[in-house]
Amino acid sequence: MININEVIETNRMIEKENLDVRTITLGLSLIGCETDDVEKTCDNIYKRITSKARDLIKTGAEIEKEYAIPIINKRISVTPISIIGSSCAKSTDDYVKIAKTLDRAAKDVGVNFLGGFSALPAKGMSESERLLIESIPEALAVTDNVCASVNLGSTKTGINMDAVALMGRIIKETAYLTRDRDSIGCAKLVVFTNAPDDNPFMAGAFHGVTETDAVINVGVSGPGVIKTALSGAENLDFCALCELIKKTAFKITRLGVLVAEEASKRLGIPFGIVDLSLAPTPAIGDSIAEIIEAMGIEKVGAPGTTAALALLNDSVKKGGIMASSSVGGLSGAFIPVSEDHGMIDAVNKGSLTIEKLEAMTSVCSVGLDMIAIPGDTSAETISGIIADEMAIGMINQKTTAVRVIPAYGKKEGEKAEFGGLLGEAPIMKVNSFSCASFIKRGGRIPAPIHSFKN
Amino acid sequence: MKKSIITVVGKDQVGIIAKVCTYLAENNINILDISQTIVDGFFTMMMITDTNEAAKSFALLSDELENLGKSIGVQIKLQREEIFEKMQRI
Repeated sequence: MININEVIETNRMIEKENLDVRTITLGLSLIGCETDDVEKTCDNIYKRITSKARDLIKTGAEIEKEYAIPIINKRISVTPISIIGSSCAKSTDDYVKIAKTLDRAAKDVGVNFLGGFSALPAKGMSESERLLIESIPEALAVTDNVCASVNLGSTKTGINMDAVALMGRIIKETAYLTRDRDSIGCAKLVVFTNAPDDNPFMAGAFHGVTETDAVINVGVSGPGVIKTALSGAENLDFCALCELIKKTAFKITRLGVLVAEEASKRLGIPFGIVDLSLAPTPAIGDSIAEIIEAMGIEKVGAPGTTAALALLNDSVKKGGIMASSSVGGLSGAFIPVSEDHGMIDAVNKGSLTIEKLEAMTSVCSVGLDMIAIPGDTSAETISGIIADEMAIGMINQKTTAVRVIPAYGKKEGEKAEFGGLLGEAPIMKVNSFSCASFIKRGGRIPAPIHSFKN
Repeated sequence: MKKSIITVVGKDQVGIIAKVCTYLAENNINILDISQTIVDGFFTMMMITDTNEAAKSFALLSDELENLGKSIGVQIKLQREEIFEKMQRI
């Protein structure tokens, strides 16, 4: 039988250490909603989402109440819209229309984000994908809750550099169209390589074509719990340190499994995966930077940071894999700068640079995330940043992503403010030498060799 | 049988257990086990209970216990047991 100390520990994690379930994400296939008429397709999409997700918020609230565990977000991911819109969307306006429909459906069922305004041109780009991508700036400017993502490459296909070049321009345009709100549109737009089909986290969530009609995916969180566990462990050697993280990750993941199973049962929708990412929030004590610093790094970004992050990420996965056989999504430590006060502090103190963050992304999920850069950064330079990150993912057979915000009219040292979970971001310095001639070559970087791993 | 855990945390005083037990008796909730300890100077009690025979919904019981706690000056939480089973057992 459960004893009092176990109860106290669990409740302490929830009450004092910000342990929560970050998101219950309903993954919803929109296949079957396609028609050759955009109005009819929008109608089908709206009906499908609002009927299937009708009880999502209510069920989430019931689970929160019965277990006294906060569930921060309830969200929806849908089939990449470039597939659903391909037979009806003849212009970017048509895609904007679909984005508005998604936004209306999201608001009507009460979810704060809906992901899947997406295209997957990892190798080649279809006309439909090009139209969707070109509609992204306006779509994100005229909607509040829609998130867009584009998969630009994979270990199997290489990197679509035409799409990389295009996304540099699209990100700039998105920043411009939401310039009155510190270019917040870019916070809802992420580019990937090796994008997973079952990711519950925004902005990159979409319901991949490998998935069934509807699934419940859950993202857990708990940087604060790991940090507290480490704060009494100053004298442990690395093996013992990893053990401690594994045990803690196990508990966090099991909480996610419980919530996922309950939500699945109550909604009558199959359980998909638990994503065991450590996702920070702007709250004090809910920070990845603090974990790294608790390991003995004075400030995140200092030498040793990449190693510390690598052991953290690997231990979290090992503990999580033991806790559930249905682990998926991104599953790793997130390092979004704007959502982690420790990362912000490290940038402001000069310890953390984009180049160091790039190195960190080679050992953790997911990528250069929520990084504000000067508004006058060129489209080619943004494409260069993306290409570097995509190359790390392609070569290392991992998911990598870029979500940068070229905050319109802002310069290095200023800050962009987005509010809520998205936080605020200091504008970071970007290398000012040009990569324009490299980016303009066009074409594709071929898939890498799968042997001679050195 | 689905069990529920009630935790009571606060400053120790006369009558906490009596008041909680009275509420449970009035609502047909059976107590299976009680343990208590002091954590950081605070009185901490855990009860393992069976709420299946209660007429009121789990959510209502949870709210009423929370309010009872407020009236005594302690924090009372009602949670389903699975959260602890899942997290603390392999």
